[in-house]
Amino acid sequence: MVGGRHSRGPFVEGLRCRECGRHYPAEALHVCEYCFGPLEVAYDYPGIAESVTREAIAAGPPTIWRYADLLPARAAGAVDLGAGMTPLVRADRLAAELGLGELWLKNDTLNPTGSFKDRVTSVALTKARELGFKVAACASTGNLANSVAAHAARAGMRSYVFIPEDLEPAKVAATAIYGGNLVAIQGTYDDVNRLCAELTSEEPSWAFVNVNVRTYYAEGSKTLAFEVAEQLGWRAPDHVVVPIASGSQLCKIHKGFQELATVGLLDSPPEVRVSGAQAEGCSPVATAFAAGAEHIRPVRPSTIAKSLAIGNPADGGYALDVVRSTGGAIGSVTDDELVEGIRLLARTEGIFAETAGGVTVATLAKLAASGVVRSDERVVAYITGNGLKTVDAVAAHVRPTATIAPTLAAFMAAFDTEEGAG
Amino acid sequence: MTVTVRIPSQLRGLCDGAGEVAVEGATVAEVLKALDAAHPGFADRLFDETGSLRRSINLFLDDEDVRFLDGVDTAVADRQTLSIVPAVAGG
Repeated sequence: MVGGRHSRGPFVEGLRCRECGRHYPAEALHVCEYCFGPLEVAYDYPGIAESVTREAIAAGPPTIWRYADLLPARAAGAVDLGAGMTPLVRADRLAAELGLGELWLKNDTLNPTGSFKDRVTSVALTKARELGFKVAACASTGNLANSVAAHAARAGMRSYVFIPEDLEPAKVAATAIYGGNLVAIQGTYDDVNRLCAELTSEEPSWAFVNVNVRTYYAEGSKTLAFEVAEQLGWRAPDHVVVPIASGSQLCKIHKGFQELATVGLLDSPPEVRVSGAQAEGCSPVATAFAAGAEHIRPVRPSTIAKSLAIGNPADGGYALDVVRSTGGAIGSVTDDELVEGIRLLARTEGIFAETAGGVTVATLAKLAASGVVRSDERVVAYITGNGLKTVDAVAAHVRPTATIAPTLAAFMAAFDTEEGAG
Repeated sequence: MTVTVRIPSQLRGLCDGAGEVAVEGATVAEVLKALDAAHPGFADRLFDETGSLRRSINLFLDDEDVRFLDGVDTAVADRQTLSIVPAVAGG
């Protein structure tokens, strides 16, 4: 491929159906036209291996685009608000509470719009622009809505964002503020998703990031693995715990670690156990895991973890495969437990996560208690969204310690029995 | 019963580009059979070798996932709409 890399963009050979293996050109296609299986990006891995080095990555930008060789779109001209390279923090206080040893938190609350969705959106809209799209669209449980609206504004693209009408007020405002079209649907996320899947056939000139450009979009989540490996000094963790909505993120984190070995950035193929976390009120993948079932039975969601409330998860079956093949597990937690998870994370590590983070921490606690996640493992939990987006979830549980008059006497009266108040 | 079947873009090549096709049938399975009779090729695309609906396809009868009803055995009423929608979307 002489001089091809910079003119043609990254090392993409085309698309390939995950189910039947049919090949397609690298266009705005997301499912196989024959069997409807998901399309995956096919890369020229030997070419990537020749190009990529740890040093070149370290010298790259402090964003997901430092890994451009392993992404399906060009870094030059990326639709970029600075997603990625979020902190990986050692969590000794939380580890002590849970009886774990080496625990790390990937703090993806610190992305430009406060969730990991900025990674996938940046890749999706960069690719969409390469393909000539002028309109960005998505079906969203909230975090993606924020991210697509913001990135579309940044790129000067028109946008149509579709959400369930009952989303948290902060997520609605933090989408509408960017000025695109925000369409609230009277129904669940699964209803929104079906509408968007049908709309894609009628509006082929729109880039629905998680429908017709989903193949590229989903690749952005691999950076959650790339960064963790780099931040651990080019080592893989032993065990990761990831929330499951559609299941795509979990699958791509697994794929990301494998790819690092494929292109020589890790010395040997890592054996990363992958575990998943769901809210009990929407746990079709956890239910299938527990039952030993191969197929996911869709459910009607009922949980405050709205960012995970996908009753009919597109990649649920593939997530099951990853978890089973790596020796992980999938746990689920109640709404009360997830609120406790949010509080525990905040109290021990100073990170305020949205409901999905509460699900992850509470599930991690359960998996640690049951011995699935072990104290001799290097564990990474992915905290994927910011708590300021779902303040309503915890508002009833936390309040000022005291409300007093602005006088010393009032303070002393309120706190004089408290140790350390003086 | 006459049912309107909504066709996704991936399958419109089988029916001269139409986004909707009207066919007769008393159940979802019968409707799909009639669709294949009118426009040969649909059955091959919708069902796998064992005759089961491919897991990458969702069917909605008037906006309700047929898996919440009786699957392909779900009875259909006159003038209902059956949507064929690729399952791989969202998240």
